[in-house]
Amino acid sequence: MTKIADNKITKNLLSSELKKMITLDNGFIYSDPEFLYELCKELKQNELTQYNYLKSISAVDYIEYFELVCHLDSMIYNTSIVIKTKIYGRNNLSVKSLTSLWKGAELQEREIWDLMGIYFDGHPNMKRILLWEGFKGHPLRKDFLK
Amino acid sequence: MSVNNELVTVNFGPQHPSMHGVFRMRVTLDGETIVDIEPVFGYLHRGTEKLAEERTYVQIVTLTDRLDYVASMSNNLAYVSAVEKLCSIEVPKRAKYIRVIVAELQRIASHLMATGFLLQDLGAFGTPLMYCFREREKILDLFEILCGARITLSYMRPGGIFQDTPNEFWSELETFMDNIPGQINELESLITGNEIVLSRTRNIGVLSPEDVINGSLSGPMLRASRVKWDLRKANPYEIYDELDFEIPIGATGDTFDRYLVRVKEMKESIKIINQCVKLIKPGPVRNEDVPLVIRAPENEAYAAVEGPKGELGFYLVSDGGISPYRCKIRAPSFMNLTLLKEMAIGGKIGDLIVNFGSIDIVLGEVDR
Repeated sequence: MTKIADNKITKNLLSSELKKMITLDNGFIYSDPEFLYELCKELKQNELTQYNYLKSISAVDYIEYFELVCHLDSMIYNTSIVIKTKIYGRNNLSVKSLTSLWKGAELQEREIWDLMGIYFDGHPNMKRILLWEGFKGHPLRKDFLK
Repeated sequence: MSVNNELVTVNFGPQHPSMHGVFRMRVTLDGETIVDIEPVFGYLHRGTEKLAEERTYVQIVTLTDRLDYVASMSNNLAYVSAVEKLCSIEVPKRAKYIRVIVAELQRIASHLMATGFLLQDLGAFGTPLMYCFREREKILDLFEILCGARITLSYMRPGGIFQDTPNEFWSELETFMDNIPGQINELESLITGNEIVLSRTRNIGVLSPEDVINGSLSGPMLRASRVKWDLRKANPYEIYDELDFEIPIGATGDTFDRYLVRVKEMKESIKIINQCVKLIKPGPVRNEDVPLVIRAPENEAYAAVEGPKGELGFYLVSDGGISPYRCKIRAPSFMNLTLLKEMAIGGKIGDLIVNFGSIDIVLGEVDR
């Protein structure tokens, strides 16, 4: 059975700089968008966590802010964890891409850019994926066509 | 004599017999060798995730049928498990057994199609595909007895299945289960030792275990590359923890291994169905406390099942209303295309079709 990792234990494993950057709330780990990459890198490379499998990245539009949700799995320890980050604003949103950590992020990040309008810096091929170039707007946003 | 080695760009698809739907690849060639490849998505994009935001939880079951349209039962199962997790709904034991039986039947049907089309892509026109379709047809007949539909089944509901099985289903299933091992062996005897198949698939599109994990691949693609990871064992859902079965893995991670893993998985599915038929007991098949219009609590849930193509997950976010606030689909076919570039570049154009066939994608799921 995949164990859901205890967030408090996970937090204690991190370096002191990263500890300051994350907050635990409602059973999830929240990080600032600027530190998402560092946090994921640490979780992947730390001997005691080894989250080597990126299950999914999704974005949710809560109107005041966007939430980026990463579901990570460790195939070595059979544990799972959810990392979230809140991105405030509606225009010119960007986060550092996770593709250099997990190649599996490549297509999903393009999908998030296409449908939600969050740009990923450092992505090797950042362009629309399901819709055509020149399409106006990002359809999964709540204010699309309203 | 000078050789003119100008690069040529070829447009593969969206209308092409070996594209398994409406997929398109822009391939740059140096002679016969692939230099660059760019997949183009979206020809079948219907906005399923957006549509789901405006439908009730039960209505979305019909949308999931149209994702991976050769494995509707698995899609139904993945979606209803997410709703059940979100709303903490109990499922009766009999319903769980029936769900596992139909999901494994669907796995056999899907793998038969994958194998048939791989052989079709290899140039074995007609015969192996028809052998596979003949067996798949019998599975579709079984589904027709269960729910009246053959492809878009909508058989499952949050809290169970929509009705109990008719009596004739069990006798038909028994006949089918008596015949299928022989039929799979017959198919295997035609393919597994075949000299032409071996020379076309061995050491083609080899993926290392590190690559497939890093690329978030799942299902037979992952297991063919020696990664022993199957959600039915790693994170058992329904009643898989009570059943006895093996996870077949490949040896080198090439196209032949992906075919072989699928064939072995079909045999494991037969084992699972036989155990379920023995263990199943009469009882209710649907949790009667679940209302027709479900109002989920303000929460979120991610649930995944091991579908025929890989990890099929649904991430549901609820704001307390009658439809999900956000419904994200983690489609295995889509994720499995991540490493298409790594598989194809440096190879020959003829092998591209075989590589692509061995990924086993369904466009309904890729483009959603």
